[in-house]
Amino acid sequence: MAIEARPPPAQFGAKLRRALGGRSGWKGLVAQLLFVATLCWIGYAIVDNARDNLANQRIASGFGFMSQTAGFGVSQTLIPYSESDSYTRVFLVGLANTLMVSVIGIFFATLIGFLVALGRLSPNWLISRIAGGYVELIRNLPLLFQILFWYLAVLGALPGPRQSVTLFDSFFLSNRGIVVPRPVGEAGLDGFLVALLIAVIGAIVLPIYARRRLFQTGKPMIVWPWSLGLLIGLPLIAALIFGKPFGFEIPVLKGFNFAGGSRLAPEFVALTLALSTYTAAFIAEIVRAGILSVHKGQMEAGASLGLSRGATLRLVVIPQAMRVILPPLTNQYLNLTKNSSLAVAIGYPDLFSVFAGTTLSQTGQAIEVISITMGVYLLISLITSALMSLYSWRINRSMGA
Amino acid sequence: MNEPRSTTPAFVRSEMVPERAAPVRTTGFVGLVGGRLFSSPTNILLTIVGALLLYLTIVPSVKFLLVDAVWTGSNRTDCLAETLHRDVGACWPFVQAKFSQFVYGFYPQPERWRVDLTFALAAVLLLPLLIPRAPAKTLNAGLFFIAFPVVAFFLLHGGGLHGFAVSWTADLLSGLVGSLDEAGTKLTRGGVIAVAFGKPVLWIATALSWLIAPLVWLRDWIQASGQPVWVDLGLTAVIVTALVLLIGGGLRNGARAPLMSLALFAGIALVIAVLRLDRGGLPIVGTRQWGGLLVTLVVSVTGIVGSMPIGIALALGRRSTIPLIRLFCIGFIEFWRGVPLITVLFFATYMLPLFLPGNFTIDGLLRVLIGIALFAGAYNAEVVRGGLNAIPRGQGEAASALGLSYAKTTGLIVLPQALRHVIPGLVNSFIALFKDTSLVSIVALFDLLGQLRAAFADPTWSTPNTLFTGFAFTGLIYFVFCFGMSRYSLFVEHRLNAHRRT
Repeated sequence: MAIEARPPPAQFGAKLRRALGGRSGWKGLVAQLLFVATLCWIGYAIVDNARDNLANQRIASGFGFMSQTAGFGVSQTLIPYSESDSYTRVFLVGLANTLMVSVIGIFFATLIGFLVALGRLSPNWLISRIAGGYVELIRNLPLLFQILFWYLAVLGALPGPRQSVTLFDSFFLSNRGIVVPRPVGEAGLDGFLVALLIAVIGAIVLPIYARRRLFQTGKPMIVWPWSLGLLIGLPLIAALIFGKPFGFEIPVLKGFNFAGGSRLAPEFVALTLALSTYTAAFIAEIVRAGILSVHKGQMEAGASLGLSRGATLRLVVIPQAMRVILPPLTNQYLNLTKNSSLAVAIGYPDLFSVFAGTTLSQTGQAIEVISITMGVYLLISLITSALMSLYSWRINRSMGA
Repeated sequence: MNEPRSTTPAFVRSEMVPERAAPVRTTGFVGLVGGRLFSSPTNILLTIVGALLLYLTIVPSVKFLLVDAVWTGSNRTDCLAETLHRDVGACWPFVQAKFSQFVYGFYPQPERWRVDLTFALAAVLLLPLLIPRAPAKTLNAGLFFIAFPVVAFFLLHGGGLHGFAVSWTADLLSGLVGSLDEAGTKLTRGGVIAVAFGKPVLWIATALSWLIAPLVWLRDWIQASGQPVWVDLGLTAVIVTALVLLIGGGLRNGARAPLMSLALFAGIALVIAVLRLDRGGLPIVGTRQWGGLLVTLVVSVTGIVGSMPIGIALALGRRSTIPLIRLFCIGFIEFWRGVPLITVLFFATYMLPLFLPGNFTIDGLLRVLIGIALFAGAYNAEVVRGGLNAIPRGQGEAASALGLSYAKTTGLIVLPQALRHVIPGLVNSFIALFKDTSLVSIVALFDLLGQLRAAFADPTWSTPNTLFTGFAFTGLIYFVFCFGMSRYSLFVEHRLNAHRRT
């Protein structure tokens, strides 16, 4: 009769010691208690000093100022805003502007970044050298330098509104920014938008259907003419049925400025340009490293199957490279969002500029204002990194590693 | 049947195969042109597009910077197309006129030799540090990372000393005890719980004040003597050397450690004598007068030197198994990495002064340096952690098996290997820091970029081309520094991976 192995004695003490003090045991516990005591001491000193200093300088504290009237204008607003609105409204306006410049910057940075990366890997000697030169030049100059360069030197050197560079007499490029025709909704707009929505949904669903059919029946289906037809045809039919969806308000030169149309402020143009070109150089390096991380044999296998270079890249290499690319890519997106705070140097009204800039100088409540600003950026980056760890967890699970 | 049969089988050729053409050359100029520029229609198109792109960027740049440039002049009229009657490019006289501002800022003219001397010292110490073959790396690194910043401070800022380590320690300890005493007094005035906390704090403070009383007496005696700096230095040298002897196990372990300690103090004495720190030192130049490349370099070098210990400490803390320390380090690192540098600079400029005692003013440059050191420290921590993770577990385990303590395992076995691994990463983080120093111009410090903007405001030089000229010049400076460092980082990386190359 086999004798069961005795279970090891319950080591509550050892487990407790491990949980409280880590591998160093009780010594670790004492160390961290001392550490926390020091931290508490420093924290107490900070709070005490801050209270004394605020009282001496007669600065109010607390978040009551958020409901006070701001009383200053903001040059570019996405949501309705007037001078009589509260600081909370200012905060939201700034946040919306930050998010807008980040999203647009991310879009262009990704586009340019992928193009430059492909250029750097191109078999064409000249193109790869030019792309390499772009990356080296952009990466080795400070971002603030580039923002100021675009804003002061390039956009500042453009002619005034009267001598502006124009395209079709409806797009104007001058030192007041870019003025473009503004779409104005007309009678057929609703029907047009609905048709567009249906077309977009169709264009998303169609490839999924085609893929499923390929797996089930083995018959490939060429999707793009259908998608294109949907995207162009449906809105066109809607426009024919319901009437003209929108017209354009053409900007006209009146006096020293433009009337009508929508204007992209030079600050916005300079910031977006600098942010997207700067981040694109980093994205290009990431994408290049990702593509190079895919084994050479994959490219050769694609070629031996008769796929063109573009098709091999698109169907074989990039999907595999995406796994390597995505985490650092999100990091760059995050960097771009954080770097958009440099808008304060050229006066684009982003979150940092209107809140930590103007609001801080008006209320003087440095602690609250800077804490809120830091908190927002921190929140954005924490959310992104949480999503990223979720993604890498899923990838690791699906790879079985 | 009786036909003569050839002795060779049918499948063997009877005549030579015609010679094939040589394969396409892939090397040399011909190979480049034929294989990598014009090998296919797409390739030809790409080459044409590329050439066009180059033509549209390089030609105007060269024309602007060199061909059409104005090289001599004294004010804006010399750079105007109207006076010269030709196409005008870069206005280099502007850079010549502003060059000293770009480098020194508003540092007083007669004192600029101090800046030059600091730059020269930095170059002399840094060059051998960067060359892998150069000897005495430890001494060199110690001089550059510890001695040089101190000397540079007294050279650039000026001012002298009133005491040395004994006086400083006494000041620090009595300050600490004083603040502990104050907090205890404040607490005893509060509620019941506060009194319960306050009483022990007061007792501790009183006990500590008795403990440090001899040190305070020593300080007062030193300060009352005619030569406080020299007396204090001598005392410190004696105390430290005695401690070294005591800890090192006396003279039976050789006289190397105490001799080194004495040599160290001799070096300090030499510096004090040369810079006359005991007699007030060099005239003080406030940091408000610093500017240009000087501020850029001071901020970036101090940032990297100051952030290294912070980074290493945070990296070790993050790997520690002690829960609260680990938690704190993770939170600290993620916080600084999650916010933009400009908010950190605003934090340092507007919030930090509020956190310090009211009678304690802190220099504008120093505030920014603290913010940058914390920010860069968090980034360095992640780089160093990567290096620590790359060291095989066996190294630490072997050290433990030999009976080395945690401190010795880390300091002698793990960290040296890890740091060597991450030199390229650290250089990259230094490049990022160097570029980020341009942000200090937003908080009213005049670094290179700030000086450039200030120079643009000068009406004496306002021409249509001044802006481009200024950007070209400063851009060149930034590019040379960053590009040089990135090449160095690649070189080190290549060297470190030499065994892995195939």
